Amino acid sequence: MAQRLRVRYAKRGRLRFTSHRDISRAVERAVRRADIPVAYSAGFSPHPKISYAGAAPTGVASEAEYLEIGVTRPCDPHRLRADLDASLPPGLDVLDVVEARDSGLADRLEGSMWELLLPGVDPEVAAKAVEEFVAADRVEVERLTKKGLRRFDAREAVLSLTVQDGPERAAGQEPDRLCVILRMVVRHATPAVRPDDVLTGLRLVAGLAPLSPPEVTRLAQGPLDATTGEPADPFDFDRVGGDR
Amino acid sequence: MSVESLFPRLEPLLPKVQKPIQYVGGELNSTVKDWDEASVRWALMYPDAYEIGLPNQGVQILYEILNELPDTMAERTYAVWPDLEALMRSEGVPQFTVDAHRPVRAFDVLGVSFSTELGYTNLLTALDLAGIPLDAVDRTDEDPIVLAGGHAAFNPEPIADFLDAAVLGDGEQIAIAISEVIREWKEEGSPGGRDEVLMRLASTGGVYVPKFYDVEYHPDGRIMRVVPNRPGVPSRIFKHTVMDLDEWPYPKKPLVPLAETVHERFSVEIFRGCTRGCRFCQAGMITRPVRERSITTIGDMVENGIRESGFNEVGLLSLSSADHSEIGDVAKGLADRYEGTNTSLSLPSTRVDAFNIDLANEFSRNGRRSGLTFAPEGGSERMRKVINKMVTEEDLIRTVTTAYSQGWRQVKLYFMCGLPTEEDVDVLGIADLAKKVIQAGRDATGSKDVRCTVSIGGFVPKPHTPFQWAAQCDHETVDRRLRELRDALRGDKEYGRAIGYRYHDGKPSIVEGLLSRGDRRVGRVLRAVWEDGGRFDGWSEHFSYERWMRAAEKALAGEPVDVEWYTTREREEHEVLPWDHLDAGLDREWLWQDWQDANSDVEVEDCRWTPCYDCGVCPTMGTEIQIGPTGKKLLPLTVV
Repeated sequence: MAQRLRVRYAKRGRLRFTSHRDISRAVERAVRRADIPVAYSAGFSPHPKISYAGAAPTGVASEAEYLEIGVTRPCDPHRLRADLDASLPPGLDVLDVVEARDSGLADRLEGSMWELLLPGVDPEVAAKAVEEFVAADRVEVERLTKKGLRRFDAREAVLSLTVQDGPERAAGQEPDRLCVILRMVVRHATPAVRPDDVLTGLRLVAGLAPLSPPEVTRLAQGPLDATTGEPADPFDFDRVGGDR
Repeated sequence: MSVESLFPRLEPLLPKVQKPIQYVGGELNSTVKDWDEASVRWALMYPDAYEIGLPNQGVQILYEILNELPDTMAERTYAVWPDLEALMRSEGVPQFTVDAHRPVRAFDVLGVSFSTELGYTNLLTALDLAGIPLDAVDRTDEDPIVLAGGHAAFNPEPIADFLDAAVLGDGEQIAIAISEVIREWKEEGSPGGRDEVLMRLASTGGVYVPKFYDVEYHPDGRIMRVVPNRPGVPSRIFKHTVMDLDEWPYPKKPLVPLAETVHERFSVEIFRGCTRGCRFCQAGMITRPVRERSITTIGDMVENGIRESGFNEVGLLSLSSADHSEIGDVAKGLADRYEGTNTSLSLPSTRVDAFNIDLANEFSRNGRRSGLTFAPEGGSERMRKVINKMVTEEDLIRTVTTAYSQGWRQVKLYFMCGLPTEEDVDVLGIADLAKKVIQAGRDATGSKDVRCTVSIGGFVPKPHTPFQWAAQCDHETVDRRLRELRDALRGDKEYGRAIGYRYHDGKPSIVEGLLSRGDRRVGRVLRAVWEDGGRFDGWSEHFSYERWMRAAEKALAGEPVDVEWYTTREREEHEVLPWDHLDAGLDREWLWQDWQDANSDVEVEDCRWTPCYDCGVCPTMGTEIQIGPTGKKLLPLTVV
């Protein structure tokens, strides 16, 4: 393997319904179509060396998904960005590519910033619910995981939670229908606290219930910046010493 | 009049259903054309779940061919799972296409491809969700023409009431011709409404319009005759045959789904038709004659398909792929081209022949030699003569010996149960055969690390085959034989652990038999099943035999016929069969003679290598066998 390239990509619009497995098949095919010299594992059934870090759940859109590709000969990150983007279906969009300088990308993804669009919710009711959630020490929620029903705290990992200004129109909603946008920063923890866990928490502490399923988007993912309290660009480290 | 996308109304439902990605479209190489610029609009449906329907070659080919026409557009629609169906009903969202999420009812044609009869209930769901009246006679000019194709359309009688039209055979040219008829009729201002356009289609003899034919019955329930009920409608409808496959190198732009589907590969049909003459095989009978795609076109299609799709597997499709006259050069040429590229090649549908091992070796050059599949179909020598599967036990043992000695560790054997004239001993013979296969493997390798899997399915007599007159075996007998075979395999101390056994129970075959050889009266059963919640009959978790039997009893009450009459009853030579007016080119007397030969264990050779045996297809249809060799070879790809 000559080089590892880190890719930031977005999952947008209707392609937010892709699962992690759907994306990995799409990326493998795009890599082949784009003639990217991807490295393969050894053995009877060789697999392309593509790894994924912190994928957003099915149904959740994202502006900050990350993967890493191992290649057999050095590639120009700018060209790879353009080639891979052209080969992926519209809605899976490549945003940034850097050459990896270490092996610590997954560790650097300490937290995420999420945006939640809640149709049919009154902004004042939402503000009140957010206030109560933030004021609580613990908010116990339950979620069905692969290991069965798990009960855990959804509060501690939430570093900030705010109601955004200006109600907007959600896709598929009547223009005059109310709609609230929440924004939050959540630390990655085990078990992971996902946006729907926070929504469950808001329902539990204040009875907040959107009329139809919320539209959730991950806006950023990266090392948590102590001063801003938000995720920074995880590629900053790879770019030290000059962007190519 | 433009049509709005249903997606904004569908989108809020998607987070509530399983695998929502299957409903959003956006596949690589999919096409969305401007609604207003097309004068003829097709919705193409595969009546099963997206994961089964998306890879279907027939739909992909027609989708591409129709979209290439400047004034025609085609979109795709699939059966929605019951979870989404319930939500669509409660929210009033109609059946939609996945391409631009347009309502199916707004199209001119709803073309449905039936590979199997078990998709019939899903057709009714789609019509109902689309807001299209189920009965063709209730439809207005606002409804699309509901058109069936695919192998099951060779006897569309059980769904005749729900169809406006059906076509038999290869779809490429007839789809274009139908588009042209509709375009002209619309340009003229749609004179005479839907009956006139249906009449224009029917009068060609190449499109079957069921409502233009009346079926008359004898008092005992048999059909007396099927006759046109208006002037200008031909008494027979003929099948369509594409004669030069090199002129139709589709798919050129294979659809690459985001959702996981059953075939994650690029498939090239290397030839169409088969004249091996296996008597149970409807596909082999109705797709004659053999028409090969040339080695060079195959090579070009593979190269283009891999580039366009990014798939890492190529399948060479046909009814018996190793029979291509230049398959050896195709295999070697492709294996050379793609060596070291992590592209794998597969060759489904092969026969019992040592030559196949050479091919399989070429295709597994860099990979693991895991499993090989053969289909002797019959468990005894006599049974194989009855079905005209010309494989001797010696052939099979010699072939598997070669396979095991060249490093293959697992052999899978396909069989059928419930074949005409079958007795218990014929099925139990499978156990002996499997043991001999294992012993041959142990002898060849000197190791106990060889396995064999026996996979067995229930036989269903099909229209347009020599077995169309045969009595289907009842499910109690099939199940008993399958159990006895299981015990014979599992109970064997010496070999039992080396032999795997896969089988299904016999009840679904009875329903398939009812639909395969049914007539228009079976449509009532189908409708009753659907009204009782019948969906996705090809899926064991959705299929209910009891529901079908309940519905049949109710729907056929007062008729002199029942499920047994349609399935386990043997037909007389001159009984009018429901599909006799639909012409696959096969001479009825030849079919009957072949049925008689089956009963006296007489075999028939393949007409590609021996003289014509007058099955009737070529002279009736004006076609001929098209096979190589061309003598050409595949050249290495130039490295870019």
